[in-house]
Amino acid sequence: MKIVVAIKQVPARDSLLKVNPSATWIEEADLSWEINEPDAYALEAALQLKEKIGGEVVVLCAGPERVGQTIREALAKGADRAIHIEGPDNENEAIADPLSLARLMAQALAPEQPDLIVTGLQSDDLGYGQTGVILAEVMHLPHATLIMSVEPNGPGIKVKRELEDGWFQYVEMPLPALLTIQSGATRLRYATLMGIKKAKSKEVKKLSAAGLGGIGPASVRLDRIAFPQKSKHSQIFDGPPKEAAAQLVEKLRHEARVI
Amino acid sequence: MSGILAVLEQSEGELHKMSLEALAAAQQFGAELGLPVFAALLGGSEMPPVADGLSAYKLERVHAIHHELLAAYTPDGYTAALQPLIEAHRPKYVIFPHTYRVRDFAPKLATALNRVLVSDVVSHRVENGELILVRQLFQGKINADIRFEGEPPWFASIQAGAFRADKLEAGPAIVEETTPELDAGSIRTNPLELFRESSRAVDLGAAEIIVSVGRGIKEAENIAIVEKLAQALGAEIAASRPICDNGWLPMERQVGSSGQTVAPKLYIAVGISGAIQHLVGMKGSKTIVAINKDPEAPIFEVADYGIVGDLFQVVPALIEELSK
Repeated sequence: MKIVVAIKQVPARDSLLKVNPSATWIEEADLSWEINEPDAYALEAALQLKEKIGGEVVVLCAGPERVGQTIREALAKGADRAIHIEGPDNENEAIADPLSLARLMAQALAPEQPDLIVTGLQSDDLGYGQTGVILAEVMHLPHATLIMSVEPNGPGIKVKRELEDGWFQYVEMPLPALLTIQSGATRLRYATLMGIKKAKSKEVKKLSAAGLGGIGPASVRLDRIAFPQKSKHSQIFDGPPKEAAAQLVEKLRHEARVI
Repeated sequence: MSGILAVLEQSEGELHKMSLEALAAAQQFGAELGLPVFAALLGGSEMPPVADGLSAYKLERVHAIHHELLAAYTPDGYTAALQPLIEAHRPKYVIFPHTYRVRDFAPKLATALNRVLVSDVVSHRVENGELILVRQLFQGKINADIRFEGEPPWFASIQAGAFRADKLEAGPAIVEETTPELDAGSIRTNPLELFRESSRAVDLGAAEIIVSVGRGIKEAENIAIVEKLAQALGAEIAASRPICDNGWLPMERQVGSSGQTVAPKLYIAVGISGAIQHLVGMKGSKTIVAINKDPEAPIFEVADYGIVGDLFQVVPALIEELSK
């Protein structure tokens, strides 16, 4: 089975974010970057499926040069090869809408003819939670979202979907197909020393975003960003722990009267 | 139509609780933009009575779309049923509740119409007759203004709790039943029965005080210090999703969109950043306390009281203070 894993590189989870002077995007200069955590779970699901039924795992990632590091880490964990869509070259493309991005990805995947495409349920930066579903539609593939597990089922697959309020559902579907993987359903593996060594010689095919059609006009535009206004008036205690704890207990006892 | 179409959600004849919030959003946009509001509801061969229930709201029309192939939800079926409705009536805006089901089919529907869905909208404003939607980036740390471009229809889904269902305007609406042309062969996925896994032995909903723990606790062994705080307060212990995924606390103690919804007298969030999936499960609590080292963590936006600091120092200090 040829499995493509679409991954994204995002600012590290505990980054202290700053809005740029024109309030159009964050300051990227001093950030450290990592794989979008939901995509790490998609990679894990792909690697486990390959171990179970054989085949190949191909990583697909779009972004500037820095994403090369995240691609190498995925190869070190066991992916066989990668496709790097190089770009975007400017900030407007960094915040491109998910439909434009999915069209680039579909172009890049056209010669690959994968049996299965997996990706995370959402990105930790823009958080549209749509790229997978849109990619499926652009490629005319059936899809299922929030998948906990995947198993072969005749010529197709049977997947376990998470629904709301603790409900689940199995869905049977044909291949090729696209799945978005729910985070946390399995443990993530670490790259081994051998894996890191092997990753250095694995193929990374580079394609330019412009060569795949580039980013066109979209029906939505991210206009400006800002830190949210606090909707509730919070009382914050940021002194030494003992002092803050005393202030909080005093408030809970005598102001909120909840303890 | 050239108005606003609210696509609502029902299962087994029951309206999803977020449906009326999306309808309230559509009514509010309609009032501010001077546009009429329509609703659509999908169902199996027998349209459930909830469609008639919608006639109690101020709407131009309720489209009750039913077909045996819509009895069980599939993204292919829902897209095939809604696309012709949108093409025929040409609404300017199409509004959805941001449910798991909408997340599954609405991006596909918007793509089929060459549009991008603005997902998970938290608020809006109207400037010079233009609707600007606000959604969150970086798990709630930053807000973004989104403007629509090009030609309608424009699509948006509304976050749980962003609009109030009790603000709905009443008024009679006509219900128009239609049966779309659907082909069983074009529905590629086969959904099986719904099921639940864990029995819910713990009813967090009944707890007066909840101490809840998140990623900030770092390791399973550290859960003990939060358990001590819960003991000191006579509280139930709960957690955000990553803690239950790791098996550090049982799944039945998870608070959030995939766990339980709680509204205790006091909710203390320890090392929880406050991703929306968690907030929807607890923001109705009477008093919320947040303890987190990141002053920008979204949990502080819903907190009445907050301590910015290292939980490994703050929690023991709290336990000591409570014993006084």
